Amino acid sequence: MFHVKHSDFDVVVVGGGHAGVEACHAAVRMGARTALLTLKVASIGVMSCNPAIGGLGKGHLVREIDALDGIMGRVADKAGIQFRLLNRRKGPAVQGPRTQADREIYKTEVQSELSSLRDLTILEAEVDDVIFERGRIRGVRLTDGSEVRSKACVLTTGTFLGGMIHIGSERRAAGRWGEDPSNRLADRLVDLGLDLGRLKTGTPPRLDGRTIDWSGLEMQPADEEPTLFSFLHKEPFFQQIACGITHTNEVTHEIIRANLDQSALYGGHIEGKGPRYCPSVEDKIVRFAEKSSHQIFLEPEGLSTSTVYPNGISTSLPADVQETLVRSIVGLEDAQILQPGYAIEYDYVDPRALSLSLELRTLPGLYLAGQINGTTGYEEAAAQGLVAGLNAAASAQENDPIHFLRSESYIGVLVDDLTTRGVSEPYRMFTSRAEFRLSLRADNADQRLTQKGIDLGCVGETRKVAFLDRLCELDTLRDRLQSTKFHPKDISEVGVKVSNKGPSRSAWDVLSFPDGSLDAVRRLMPELQKVPFDALEQLKKDATYSRYLERQSKDIAMLRRDELQEIPKDFVFRGLPGLSNEIASKLEDVRPSNIAQASRVEGMTPAALTLILAKIRRAKRQSA
Amino acid sequence: MDTIFAPATARGRAGIAVLRVSGPRANIVAKMLAGRLPEPRLASLCRLRNSEGELLDEALVLRFEAGASFTGQDVIEFHLHGGIAVVRAVQQVISDISGCRLAEPGEFTRLALENGRLDLAEVEGLADLIDAETEGQRKQAVRAFTGSASSAISSWREKLVSALALIEATIDFADEEVPVDVRPDVEVLVRGVFSEVQDHIDKTKRAERVREGFEVAIVGSPNVGKSTLLNALAGRSAAITSEIAGTTRDVIEVRMDVDGIAVTFLDTAGLRETQDKIERVGIERAINRARASDLRIFLIESGEYAPAELVQDEDLIVGAKADRSGLGVSGLTGFGVDLLMADVARILENRIPHDAHFSRERHRRALVRARDELSEALVAIAAREQQDEVLSEHIWTAVRALEAILGKVDIEAVLDDIFSRFCLGK
Repeated sequence: MFHVKHSDFDVVVVGGGHAGVEACHAAVRMGARTALLTLKVASIGVMSCNPAIGGLGKGHLVREIDALDGIMGRVADKAGIQFRLLNRRKGPAVQGPRTQADREIYKTEVQSELSSLRDLTILEAEVDDVIFERGRIRGVRLTDGSEVRSKACVLTTGTFLGGMIHIGSERRAAGRWGEDPSNRLADRLVDLGLDLGRLKTGTPPRLDGRTIDWSGLEMQPADEEPTLFSFLHKEPFFQQIACGITHTNEVTHEIIRANLDQSALYGGHIEGKGPRYCPSVEDKIVRFAEKSSHQIFLEPEGLSTSTVYPNGISTSLPADVQETLVRSIVGLEDAQILQPGYAIEYDYVDPRALSLSLELRTLPGLYLAGQINGTTGYEEAAAQGLVAGLNAAASAQENDPIHFLRSESYIGVLVDDLTTRGVSEPYRMFTSRAEFRLSLRADNADQRLTQKGIDLGCVGETRKVAFLDRLCELDTLRDRLQSTKFHPKDISEVGVKVSNKGPSRSAWDVLSFPDGSLDAVRRLMPELQKVPFDALEQLKKDATYSRYLERQSKDIAMLRRDELQEIPKDFVFRGLPGLSNEIASKLEDVRPSNIAQASRVEGMTPAALTLILAKIRRAKRQSA
Repeated sequence: MDTIFAPATARGRAGIAVLRVSGPRANIVAKMLAGRLPEPRLASLCRLRNSEGELLDEALVLRFEAGASFTGQDVIEFHLHGGIAVVRAVQQVISDISGCRLAEPGEFTRLALENGRLDLAEVEGLADLIDAETEGQRKQAVRAFTGSASSAISSWREKLVSALALIEATIDFADEEVPVDVRPDVEVLVRGVFSEVQDHIDKTKRAERVREGFEVAIVGSPNVGKSTLLNALAGRSAAITSEIAGTTRDVIEVRMDVDGIAVTFLDTAGLRETQDKIERVGIERAINRARASDLRIFLIESGEYAPAELVQDEDLIVGAKADRSGLGVSGLTGFGVDLLMADVARILENRIPHDAHFSRERHRRALVRARDELSEALVAIAAREQQDEVLSEHIWTAVRALEAILGKVDIEAVLDDIFSRFCLGK
């Protein structure tokens, strides 16, 4: 066993999944001496569920992580084998980059990112307790009794906390297929007064691609012009593959119906709540009995493996039933199952116990990120890892907490949703959760966040230089477009509908019209042929919503004002004269971190908000 | 930052109504209305005019400079003559100035707090007042709905949530088995709510009338006995007050209680062809005012016709000078006046909506905002080149505008609808 001297790190991160690695990387970027403790070093960066990164809302998160110089975007690009921009035919605000990732390359790239960090120590160890002394977390205790001391600590236990795998009526304690859970830590968190709940998720059986008959299947190719995640990358690193598409049928459904009582889910073995947007195939058949077929994507797990992930048939039926059901599907008649599908239940901490920096309000110095907070998805986990890592470092360095606002990022939406609403099912990001969706786009994540990252000190030199160049290029071009005016007649001549009697319009105005294509603008301004196409494309995206953004900017300013109006952690709502008991007790439960959060508490009135504000101000004046 | 305004005194008739304006454009508002910027902290008597130069009122104007005002911003207070029409006319001018809008409940207080102009004790004193302006009011408004109206409101919510669910499903679950084109279904839902909201806006207008009073214009040729009739009405009925209103020089108003309904009778300039420029302006105004009134009484002498372009449904056409002709009404003898009043009361009574109580200006504005957004959504649905996320934006904005009436509509409600409708998830 590796033994470490006392109080040796600024930040200790427990867990090497997507939250953990992003937390380590962020803490090190902030200059914190960091340790990563994991049960199995070889599993760092493993994708334990589907071999894909990104999507709608999720792709936005990855872009934001990248804009702050995190690793998920860069690694996903390096491992990407099927880049597809979702919603390509819709507007830029709701387009989400996504890729299939080669599982092996992904893991290797994550590990090499971490091993290149000089300030990071990686230890293989099991943590079973946190050290809580003098009102603050001071490190963790390992199962062998030794201690790793630190100024702040990030827990990213994923599905390992009280993890239990179900296959039919068979159940085994596990954090992931073939890995042990962390049960003692779960007990300790309860001892420390945290509210644990139980969630469930599932995964499909893995198939041997060599036993699939691909010949008759519809294939879904990668995009011809791939859209990558990182603002630093332009081209994929590997050849692109296609995924197969097949469907369940009446026979499949009959097999499932006949064996429902053997399913862990329907046999009453599972108490945890699963996500509605990621249902097991049993769920689909029961809840949508009238549908005679469900789509399945056959996703190769990599270039050097024959393993295929059949996305769409997550199940907890017994292994032999899984085999019959798989073989009833077109193309899978002879398919071999390499690893059965399973449901997994795990503990999570009610995230309403966290502040906006993902720190437990009752246990200063202890940060939680990822599935432990009730979320699902690699991207949601990584985003929280980033927030927790930055904040753990800031706290260790005795700096102010770092908050992300709803009005500036999906990361802000995620953290705000979790900490104020809690979860009733595993939380997944959707674009519709972001009320300022038209301005929080994947394409402008760098314009929204990189400067903030530079100011915080978590953005490296390469990205900083690239970003500032880009910003300068965009600003210059935007000025040019806004200052070049055209007569309506000239605008109609290039095919853009505009009233001939109207005022003259700038090239920027033309771009903001629904039919104001880049082509049209380049015909108006032939000199733009020399301007880099991607810069023009970016400005077209910015211009697309300009009419709505102007309208929204007032709301955003108001929300931002409220978000910046922080409520002290120890603020006492009860007994504030003029505040009804009902609202006071709701506020005590929710413990809003700022006025914006408080305003979303049910039954809140402007009067009550004003009272809280007044009290904060008075307290500030008195302490000043 | 917006410049906000709101009456600081309770609504309704009073000797003086104080209208407060706060924000970066407050001084511009003063200049536009009063034609000059009054000295700070001195009561200045100013003539307030609208952008056409029409005189609205002669009022005291007080100016407080930023840093030395209730809110901490530039503040202008207009001490208007309390007539509702006056307050409304001045508010209209201000809301037409860009960057100016009606204040949200509690907004003045909040500004005051933020700028360090109020302490906690003072805020607590105000809290009850503001409370009454908000949640309680919403509940009251919602409670006031009974029967068909209340089920209409919950159906708006249902329809808007469904419309959003359809659009959001095609956006957030693009690579799953969702319908490609949901616009026809969305259109049906949005159009349904749109026309009902429009309907309620009309009713609301009438509900507002109940509180603020109906306007009834007396119209006719010169010397047909309009003023005499008005004097007769004012003399015999319990006139609440009478005054020469500042709204226009050419219209005399008398406000009175007609069978429990507040009614303002307007005596307008006599209608005739004229070469006199000044008189022509007066007649034009009389016509406009009469058109905008709730009801018109046309006084005609035998052989005359009421001007067809002015007559609306239910208007009263009455013979003038009944003391001579024996028919109709006479202001001089009082003949027929009772009958006329009874007719007016009956007609107006029928116009009082009994099912809708969106009588607050704030609710009406919310409805209007929602209607405008829904109408933009309908335009977006029809326009192929408009993106779904833009369409969704309009519906969300309408939903937020209606929050004061519907209660909060959360994304979770939309997700619930999506997941119960479609089998999603790989």
